Amino acid sequence: MCHIDIPDVTEEGDPMNAPLGYLGEQAAQRLIPAEPIVRLEKVSKTFPGRDGQPVTALQEINLAVPQGSILGVIGRSGAGKSTLIRLVNGLEKPSSGKVIVDGADIAALPEAALRHARRSIGMIFQHFNLLSSRTAAQNIALPLEVAGYDKADIRTRVDELLALVGLSDKRNRYPSELSGGQKQRVGIARALATKPKVLLSDEATSALDPETTRSILDLLGRINDELGLTILLITHEMAVIRNIAREVAVIEGGRIVEQGDVFEVFTRPQHEVTRSFLADESGRALPPYVQSRLKAEATPGSQAVVRIGFRGPHATDPVLARLARDLNIETNILSGSVDEIAGRPFGTLVVGVPEQALATTLDFLNKHGLDTEVLGHVA
Amino acid sequence: MSPEMIRLIANSTGETLYMVAVAALIATLFGLPLGVFLATSGKGELFAAPWVNRVLGVVVNATRSTPFIILVVAIIPFTRLIAGTSIGTNAAIVPLTIAATPFIARLIEGAIREVDQGLIEAARAFGASPIQIVRKVLIPEALPGIVLGLTLAVVSLLGFSAMVGAVGGGGLGDLGIRYGYQRFMPEMMLAVVVVLIVLVQAVQSIGDRLARRLNKRIRHA
Repeated sequence: MCHIDIPDVTEEGDPMNAPLGYLGEQAAQRLIPAEPIVRLEKVSKTFPGRDGQPVTALQEINLAVPQGSILGVIGRSGAGKSTLIRLVNGLEKPSSGKVIVDGADIAALPEAALRHARRSIGMIFQHFNLLSSRTAAQNIALPLEVAGYDKADIRTRVDELLALVGLSDKRNRYPSELSGGQKQRVGIARALATKPKVLLSDEATSALDPETTRSILDLLGRINDELGLTILLITHEMAVIRNIAREVAVIEGGRIVEQGDVFEVFTRPQHEVTRSFLADESGRALPPYVQSRLKAEATPGSQAVVRIGFRGPHATDPVLARLARDLNIETNILSGSVDEIAGRPFGTLVVGVPEQALATTLDFLNKHGLDTEVLGHVA
Repeated sequence: MSPEMIRLIANSTGETLYMVAVAALIATLFGLPLGVFLATSGKGELFAAPWVNRVLGVVVNATRSTPFIILVVAIIPFTRLIAGTSIGTNAAIVPLTIAATPFIARLIEGAIREVDQGLIEAARAFGASPIQIVRKVLIPEALPGIVLGLTLAVVSLLGFSAMVGAVGGGGLGDLGIRYGYQRFMPEMMLAVVVVLIVLVQAVQSIGDRLARRLNKRIRHA
């Protein structure tokens, strides 16, 4: 059986509430440490290829999205992230493995039950996918019409949703009269119409400019916070993960190569792909004049290039000053940045260190709890 | 022009409008579901039935490639079965409908296929059934295209209806052949052509205006 009880998003007296019996059960569920609301178990997906050779899109994916969390899946295009998110609402069926959403095995549900289950899984899209023939309000009403709510209930709910996404004044506008950000707000309102437990975001900000992206992410964060809605998002943009996600999974070639707390993963990246996403961020890449002269081996008179990561409490320590004062080692700053990941400060500094002092320096820095990485040597 | 001529032209115009309207209505009734089915029954689509789709496609193409005048003659027994006679305006409606149905089906198929696949995906994602997707997403979104297609079909039907005049179908074509051609009345021929031109213009501009009004994709002041 799939549970189609709907979280009580609004105040009491909501005409569209699930049967009363569910409310007690829901309250009880809040007390028990939650079972992840979305769970993928050893999920693989292959597509029939054009030349008859099957193409593997996903391989042995294990992923758990805890209730109320925001989990971001980041990957390059073609890494399999679109397929992954479509498995969660059954738009794609896994070739093997299980997709459990709110206790129901999505892949095993018959068509009618799956359609019912989808009402508790909202989805937003990169290109918004709004009906051009319907106004903002009518677009938001569509999932409710489909679910068979009566007109009065639809009207009340649509008004609430328009207010929630801040578009009450645009209710009678057609999508062609709205900006990208406004269209995505309508998309979000539509996705929330049937009071889902999970929101799937398929590159929802990839077609928007940075400022609009920011406001949409803020809205999603607020919805997560206020409604306790679990969000699973896929993206190729570091900024999205950094701004909103609490947990991240890095996907590459159909496999999850790294997974965990956003701050942990991005301050101590283990996989090359994770590092490459970080390198995209401004300030993290080596300046070109250093990059072009970087050698793998030390040469007479060269300097070692070391990347130092300052995490959390150490992000503001004057470590280089201490290095100079206590050990009399002078370093040469090549590039650096300080920013925030998942709300915590994180700094990166690339410095040149005299070769003979390299071992001592690394030792000193590691002792102070900093992450170090020798990138190479420059003459 | 004599009052008698004007009466003849008015009568024939009425006959033509009657034939075209009834044929267009019935052809749309059959053509709409057929077109929707053709657009949604391919491999991996909403009502996937690739074989039925292919067979229907062949039937539609066969009907469309038969010259209309041959179709009219070829289906006379069928026309008699349906209309009880093979001459006159009611009889003419049968071949007109049969010719227009696959035409309309193809035009509607085209309009439906223009609808962004993302909308189907979104509708599936919020739990719409295939029938709901057709009714609430595909047809409303394709409506401007469907209206333009139907306009084109009505214009073609006006031309076809003039052709059934040649086999005793009545209407403006019949008038033009009997008076304009066989009785050497060039002024009658001219009048018939002028009325047809006016009708086509009227249908086209009504259709265009309606389609433009329904199209919310483009902003117009």
